[in-house]
Amino acid sequence: MDDNLINILNSVVANATPLVIAGIGETITERAGVVNLSLDGSLALAAMIGFVTALTTQSVILGMIAAMIAGALIALIIAVAGIELRQDQVAVGFVLTLLAADLAQFLGQNYTRIPGPTLPYVPIPVLRDIPVVGEIFFNHEPLVYLSYALIFVTWYALFHTRSGLAHRAVGERPAAAFARGTNVNRLRYFYTILGGALVGLAGAAYSLAVKPGWSTPPVMRGDGWIALAIVIFAGWHPFRVVLGAYLFAGLRSLASAIQRSPDIQIPLVLLNGLPWLLMIITLVLVSGGAVERLLNIMPRPLQKAMRTVLRSDPPAALGTRFDEG
Amino acid sequence: MNPPSNRTALTVGFALLPIIVSLVITAVLVLAVGSNPIDVLVAVAEGAFRNSNSFAGVVNFWIPLALCSIGLIVTFTAGLWNIGVEGQMIVGAVFASWAALFVDLPAPLLIPLEIVLAMIGGGLWAALVGFLKTRLGVHEIFGGVALNALANVWSIYLISGPWAPPTGGTAQATAPFKDSALLPPLSSEFPVSLLALILVAAALVIVTFALRGTRWGLQLKATGKNSKSALLLGVPTLQSAMTAFIVCGMLAGIGGAYRVLFTYASLRPLASGGIGFLALLVVLLVGLRPMFAVMIAFTFAVILGGSTRLKVALQLDQSLAGVLQGFIVLLVLLSNGLRQRFTPSAVEPPTPITATVEVQRIQPPV
Amino acid sequence: MDIELKHIHKRFGAVHANNDISLKVSAGHIVAVLGENGAGKSTLMKILSGYQPADSGEIWLDGKSAASYRTPQGAISAGIGMLQQDPLDIPAFTVLENFVYGQNTGFLFSPRKWRERLKSISARLGFELDSDQPIAHLSIGQRQQLEIVRLLSMGVRTLILDEPTTGISAEQKLVLFKALRELAMHDHMSILLVSHKLEDVIALCDSVVVLRGGRLVGKLQMPATTDELVRLMFGQELAPHAHECLINPKIAINLDNVTLKGKRVTVENFSMKIRSCEVIGLAGLEESGQDLILRACVGLIKATRGQITVNGTDMTGKSYRDFLAGNVAFGAAGRLEEGLIAGLTLTEHIALTTENKTLVDWARATLVTDHKIKQYNVRGRPDSPIETLSGGNQQRLLMALMPDNPVLMALEQPTRGLDVDSARWIWQQLLERRAHGTAILFSSPDLDELVTYSDRIFVAYAGRIVEIPDATQTNIDELGRLIGGNFEKESAL
Repeated sequence: MDDNLINILNSVVANATPLVIAGIGETITERAGVVNLSLDGSLALAAMIGFVTALTTQSVILGMIAAMIAGALIALIIAVAGIELRQDQVAVGFVLTLLAADLAQFLGQNYTRIPGPTLPYVPIPVLRDIPVVGEIFFNHEPLVYLSYALIFVTWYALFHTRSGLAHRAVGERPAAAFARGTNVNRLRYFYTILGGALVGLAGAAYSLAVKPGWSTPPVMRGDGWIALAIVIFAGWHPFRVVLGAYLFAGLRSLASAIQRSPDIQIPLVLLNGLPWLLMIITLVLVSGGAVERLLNIMPRPLQKAMRTVLRSDPPAALGTRFDEG
Repeated sequence: MNPPSNRTALTVGFALLPIIVSLVITAVLVLAVGSNPIDVLVAVAEGAFRNSNSFAGVVNFWIPLALCSIGLIVTFTAGLWNIGVEGQMIVGAVFASWAALFVDLPAPLLIPLEIVLAMIGGGLWAALVGFLKTRLGVHEIFGGVALNALANVWSIYLISGPWAPPTGGTAQATAPFKDSALLPPLSSEFPVSLLALILVAAALVIVTFALRGTRWGLQLKATGKNSKSALLLGVPTLQSAMTAFIVCGMLAGIGGAYRVLFTYASLRPLASGGIGFLALLVVLLVGLRPMFAVMIAFTFAVILGGSTRLKVALQLDQSLAGVLQGFIVLLVLLSNGLRQRFTPSAVEPPTPITATVEVQRIQPPV
Repeated sequence: MDIELKHIHKRFGAVHANNDISLKVSAGHIVAVLGENGAGKSTLMKILSGYQPADSGEIWLDGKSAASYRTPQGAISAGIGMLQQDPLDIPAFTVLENFVYGQNTGFLFSPRKWRERLKSISARLGFELDSDQPIAHLSIGQRQQLEIVRLLSMGVRTLILDEPTTGISAEQKLVLFKALRELAMHDHMSILLVSHKLEDVIALCDSVVVLRGGRLVGKLQMPATTDELVRLMFGQELAPHAHECLINPKIAINLDNVTLKGKRVTVENFSMKIRSCEVIGLAGLEESGQDLILRACVGLIKATRGQITVNGTDMTGKSYRDFLAGNVAFGAAGRLEEGLIAGLTLTEHIALTTENKTLVDWARATLVTDHKIKQYNVRGRPDSPIETLSGGNQQRLLMALMPDNPVLMALEQPTRGLDVDSARWIWQQLLERRAHGTAILFSSPDLDELVTYSDRIFVAYAGRIVEIPDATQTNIDELGRLIGGNFEKESAL
């Protein structure tokens, strides 16, 4: 395979990783019935905090932890506002997305264009030597490998464990979960915070790996919205989150490649619009029932197996409150 | 029941507390970046009130902010989250800019044409969001975000390409508009457009009246509270939603046009300047009351106008304004929740309708 | 397990829902708890099954005072499980997942072990459940079966069933009753059946307790006659209904060979004529097709073939708003979901339907609202938000919102969730309109209601429609058979 192509695919995997981590985090949150609309701001704030912490302590690990705490705290505000204070999750999430972005810009103003510590490349010994595949998937910094693990762990936990049943029940029909002894709101807190921490980690993935450093306007602006759209496109299933993330990252690489190639003359500016067109297209596909139709034309035995993966309905109780008693 | 004096004290307390806490938090953050909160306060006050020119700057922020807020009240009444308001401002600005750059008419004809085109542009862009939602099932938050980005991309393309100044552009602005295209200021000491002020007043009166006294307004309200029931009671919910989007888009378009025809006198990237999002914050704060929205918009405009001085005077990033405004709205929302917990008899302020991010369709009759 | 309730009290505001109720059910017995809507049965059962705490009183299990459980899970641990009318399951889950969720499994649950368990319990009771089916594809009867199997798997020794036979087929009912008898006899479970269906009670139960107005008003050993039960429940006879018509009847609506496609069922080549002053009842299990017919009559569903004529005008393919303009009225089953708008006041509702010009005259709308409030005896003020009204008053307002003399009124379950008085009042209104010429088409799961008020009944089963041309010639048994899909006249039951 062309070396150039391999490099491009390698960079697609690297660039998709923050989207994967954020997407999985938000999937976890939304599966529990809570919407964390603050992703775009959270990513920026977590990225900045992660970078500054890593810079001052010269430790990427502390940086990542700080970023995760930032993401978790923002998610906690949404959880408290939604559950305890009975406010609209979407409204609070939206305010937070603006506030977090502004906070990031304000607090980070003295740290732009400063180089800082980055995550090291850790090629995996044996796997890295597999032709083509090894170069694309196993020659990265650790968060990429973490994203692989996250995908499978989340999938398994959601669909094959007892806690996954409670997790999904809380997002589908909290009244039924309550009747089965599940503490609905406690679980919602837990998964919202967990999802928020992952979003924070995704932020750190930007500032400590993918696009190291901090800048104004931040490089990841808009990615939070894309991650939210990916969750919908994914039908709230971890595998399709991966598909969506790689799709968007792939499109971006394609756009860069087009821009660099001397043959095709499309203004760079217009190429920037491609991810947003893709967002609209993917949402139309999913909302219009195209995926459902795809499921219906499959042969019976395959249908059974694919039903979970291809389902596109949101968790039935997404965004709603649950009041016990 | 609490005795009246206690209740008033509680209400006032709950209203003031978020503001005070926001100011305190902001002050702490200022300290954290190594600056002095008092200096910041002085700088902002100067930026807003130092002379009539500064105050005009505040008013020039207030005008598009008020227009967008009024428009958003219409969409929120219909239960819609019109995040696309930023893009609608930009497209309104683009349409107006086209006339400013390429149409040769005397000012008394050109200016109304620009305004009308801005309304058409903003209305069309909003209708796109509406179409995506009502016909294709795409939630308006995502349609809005995507179309915001696309509007920005489009305007940047125009600025750096076809509409670049003939002397070679820096992609920072188109060529400045000719004089006949610009809105005339009231005076050189107070550069604010009288026409714009009139438009704001007109929008306020018309929308307030339309929402409360017309069938259209009642149908919007019904659609926003329960679109399924509204449909069964005979309300054309799809049409209602579309008209709500279009009205908001038109107002936002005028706001965008004001920015380029007056404040910038040329088309610039992100002509909306985040004012659309700020308008969303305003409405989240005051609920569905146009008069209050216009008043709170003024307060935010003061903060915004004052903050332009921060970079010059203190080398502080202007995002501090957004931080303060964001905290105020967040803390007000949280304190509303607290208040409802502790005084269940308190009257709740009208808030925008709960909307979830799950894809929600307004069902057409099957 | 023996159950004894001692002096249970429960108040909701001013309503004394359970007033000093003491009741004993011994192991191995099936006891019916009878009473009309609002008598207090559901409240009592919710207390017994842990969904609500009692204000005062005690529950004794097997002669020992029960540790007061406060949650449904706690009640299950104590051995008491309740099957709700709408089982609290999770539609997105499969049968197996619903079965397993809430049980004592390890962190990773072994699907095979639980599949076996599900199969063995189901087989014993004569239930057939497919582990991998999504719940959303199951009928209510099957969902009930799953819930019973689940409760048994969790070791309950007392089973409470809340109106279990609404919406299940006659076959499924037989299977259910057989299973219940088996559980009572062989497992010595105590079973409480909450119902207002006298025929079920007589068929299944050993004894009956009757609640009226929050109090226990009687206990009877079976066998007892229907009359004895009715007298205990109502304390009075039900008045017969006059069938009068004040106008010259014409054809209100004509469906001519229509085909209607629904989500799970298709009605093909169906024809129906309704004349003014007729009351037509639509019967059938959920998703059997009767809702399609009802909604097609108001334009919410379009026929893929055939013609629909209203009052002589061809309305085929026209929209709901066109039907409204053609003086057709529609009432959906869910009042607050599909009919009224929470957050709007009474006046605003009236204004929505009566103010047709661009500008709204609020003064006039308020006057009209006042008038309607008096006319329909609604307990509420013009500026009251609709959600502050009780269910019965909301239904009255819904009627007030409908045109005064529609050609056709199509109503989904017009008395759903209403107490006896409100239900009777609704029918009074409907019959009055009927006398003035309106044709009434209604669907109901309540066989009593169908037989009492309809002139003709159409029964739907899996898209097939059968007409009972004279409702006075049928009875609840025959109706139940047809609803279950048994279309032969003489059947071996």
